[in-house]
Amino acid sequence: MQPDPGRDPIIYFDNAATSWPKPAEMIEAMIRYNGMIGGSPGRSGHHRSLDAGRIILEAREALAELFGCDALRIVFTKNATEALNISLSGFLHTGDHVITSSMEHNSVMRPLRFLESRGVQLSVVPCSGAGLLNPDDVRTAIRSQTRLVVVSHASNVTGTIQPLAELGRITRDHGVVFCVDAAQTAGVLPIRVDEMSIDLLAFSGHKSLFGPQGTGGLYIREGLEKQINPLVMGGTGSRSEFERQPDFMPDKYESGTPNTIGLAGLGAGVRFVLAEGMEAIRSKEKSLTEKFLQGLASLQGITIYGPPNAAGRTAVVSFNITDVSPSEAALEFDERFRIMCRPGLHCAPAAHRTIGTFSQGTIRFGFGYFNTEEEISLALESVRSLIKK
Amino acid sequence: METQRFIVFLFASVSYTLKAEKILKEQRIVHKLIPVPRHISSDCGVCLRVTADRRDAVESALQGRVKWEGIVLL
Ligand SMILES: Cc1ncc(COP(=O)(O)O)c(C=O)c1O
Repeated sequence: MQPDPGRDPIIYFDNAATSWPKPAEMIEAMIRYNGMIGGSPGRSGHHRSLDAGRIILEAREALAELFGCDALRIVFTKNATEALNISLSGFLHTGDHVITSSMEHNSVMRPLRFLESRGVQLSVVPCSGAGLLNPDDVRTAIRSQTRLVVVSHASNVTGTIQPLAELGRITRDHGVVFCVDAAQTAGVLPIRVDEMSIDLLAFSGHKSLFGPQGTGGLYIREGLEKQINPLVMGGTGSRSEFERQPDFMPDKYESGTPNTIGLAGLGAGVRFVLAEGMEAIRSKEKSLTEKFLQGLASLQGITIYGPPNAAGRTAVVSFNITDVSPSEAALEFDERFRIMCRPGLHCAPAAHRTIGTFSQGTIRFGFGYFNTEEEISLALESVRSLIKK
Repeated sequence: METQRFIVFLFASVSYTLKAEKILKEQRIVHKLIPVPRHISSDCGVCLRVTADRRDAVESALQGRVKWEGIVLL
């Protein structure tokens, strides 16, 4: 499916915030749920309720195929942020030590800074100017009280891809829990929780998995749920006779009526990814990114941040135009060229300090599977026309 | 001839019941999803009913793939 230019042709380069457009299958699945099913899953036992339950199970199974895990080890949340909050606030206690990187999003940094104020010890390991974390620095930061290492798979500012497998080997060897923020990578880079020794995997449903906003989730390694408190408790449809929260997966973390319509869309989005093939998606995004990076590099008056080429990053490019502020540029891109992008700090002040762009930030283009080479060429022309001679 | 008796497989929650249902469908084992009978539990969930002679077949189909909480003769 290609974007429908309709009456409002735009170039959508804000896929790192949320992907657009979505596959037709995703929209159809949501319409079908609303029109033909409608029931509350896991609650009532009538066949419409069971059909709703089947839709959610299918979404879990599609994700389980993607991540190489058991479907019932996946908890659905409203976004990656909620999944990260469960992993951090539900797991860390006063006196525990946690390690993170200097490239993290505020969905990791803010819960950690809050926990720090409550007596959790925090180490923020510095990354290189291109945003890369050195696994040896993580190894050296581990102490006897270290319980958790939390790292994003790829930065939402520079796209920098972190060496997950190596980090996983280090945490496993030290008996430390490894939590990965895969908001930017789930659906586009291979993630196998066992091979990478990932214990907790937080993901957004609404980015490269092509679900709607309001979807996300958390994979929890078997047994680890015993050590993680839920943030929200309430009705689960299961064990209704008991006034205590269920202690089993995924119900322990899924209280209240779920976002069934959203999960219908997420399931269809993930099946779209599986059908297209992640390699095909990654390869298209990589070639668009490479074309843009090469085009930018040939211009005067442009600073590009992050890894030098597309292989080391996701389809995200942060850059600045000399003497033009990111917010000014973004307004020009929107109004003159109908290019949707995101200026500023991208909810990641630590990452901008690391790459040296705090506090003005950068212009961020986040490409997606539905962008075209032609759009990249148009974007490069637009950038050129904003450069001050 | 003795009339066939039924058993039910009970699960922790509907997610597990539906996963078991899917496995039985794949393996073409005749079954039915029914509300958990009141005398077994006051839970509002559903369980899997099969004829008693299919017990072993169901157990080996589910073994290692989905955990059940109990098996009750109706
Ligand atoms: C690296 C990273 N982590 C976490 C998040 C939070 O994701 P969500 O918006 O799904 O909560 C985002 C995106 O916003 C992100 O880019």
